[in-house]
Amino acid sequence: MAPPDTNPDVSALAAAPELEEWHLDLHASGARRDEAVARLHGLLLRAARFEVFRRRDSLPQISAVELDDLAQEAADDAAVSVLRRLGDFRGESSFRTWAYKFALLEAAVKVRRRAWREREVTLEPERWEDFAHAGPEPGDDAENAALFEVVRDGIRTALTPRQRLVLVAVVLEGVPIDVLAERLGSNRNALYKMLHDARRRLRAHVEASGLLEEA
Amino acid sequence: MTGPDLDPTLLRLLGTGEPEIDCDACFAQLDRYVELELAGAPADALVPGLRAHLVGCPACAEEHESLRALLELDSVS
Repeated sequence: MAPPDTNPDVSALAAAPELEEWHLDLHASGARRDEAVARLHGLLLRAARFEVFRRRDSLPQISAVELDDLAQEAADDAAVSVLRRLGDFRGESSFRTWAYKFALLEAAVKVRRRAWREREVTLEPERWEDFAHAGPEPGDDAENAALFEVVRDGIRTALTPRQRLVLVAVVLEGVPIDVLAERLGSNRNALYKMLHDARRRLRAHVEASGLLEEA
Repeated sequence: MTGPDLDPTLLRLLGTGEPEIDCDACFAQLDRYVELELAGAPADALVPGLRAHLVGCPACAEEHESLRALLELDSVS
């Protein structure tokens, strides 16, 4: 078997160097910079439209014009982020790929928030009781059924109310983490850390039961 | 029982238990990770903890899928 490639050549994915150099003009001034900013915005708009239209099934009530407005807003916000963080680009990917991710993030967050705008998110940790029915599917075996019992007990006894709220909302209710962050006045990273801590506590609780091997 | 045998709901509740990076670090590395993936390089070994994060974070996983799909579209157009 051939050894794994530890020195990959990703140049085939990057645009040709001469096509990539335009982004250096974002550090310039005057007309050169204006032209580069316009080019950047076009790139970001392409990515934002791609994402918004890719997720359009989650926004059935929105017209194509409104979807495009959403993409335009995402591209505008992404351009601000990219220009503010130009110094973070270290050339570990092509500039195009690096810039794309800002537009995809902005567009994805806008789509999720729009999709949940009219939907209630219950922020009561005791809402967990409503999900007490969450359990094994008909095809699951007895071992999974026993695990569900221990997990339910762990959610009740091993988590803080805030951890329980985040775990139930994100995992069982399917609330996007950006939507939950907005309603709790927090941010994605902070909430994900809370979710991660909740999972770690829950896993320790289940491992202590002997039903789950340590990872 | 180990992770791979878990019911999908249990896996989402318990996570993989593997070391993982957070959302900010995932965003910082996502462009490099996807280019490595598309180049057929061992992305998981070169960017440790990112794959485990994608399993646990639906939002980052969606953005990973989108970036990959967009680059694949670019490569054929």
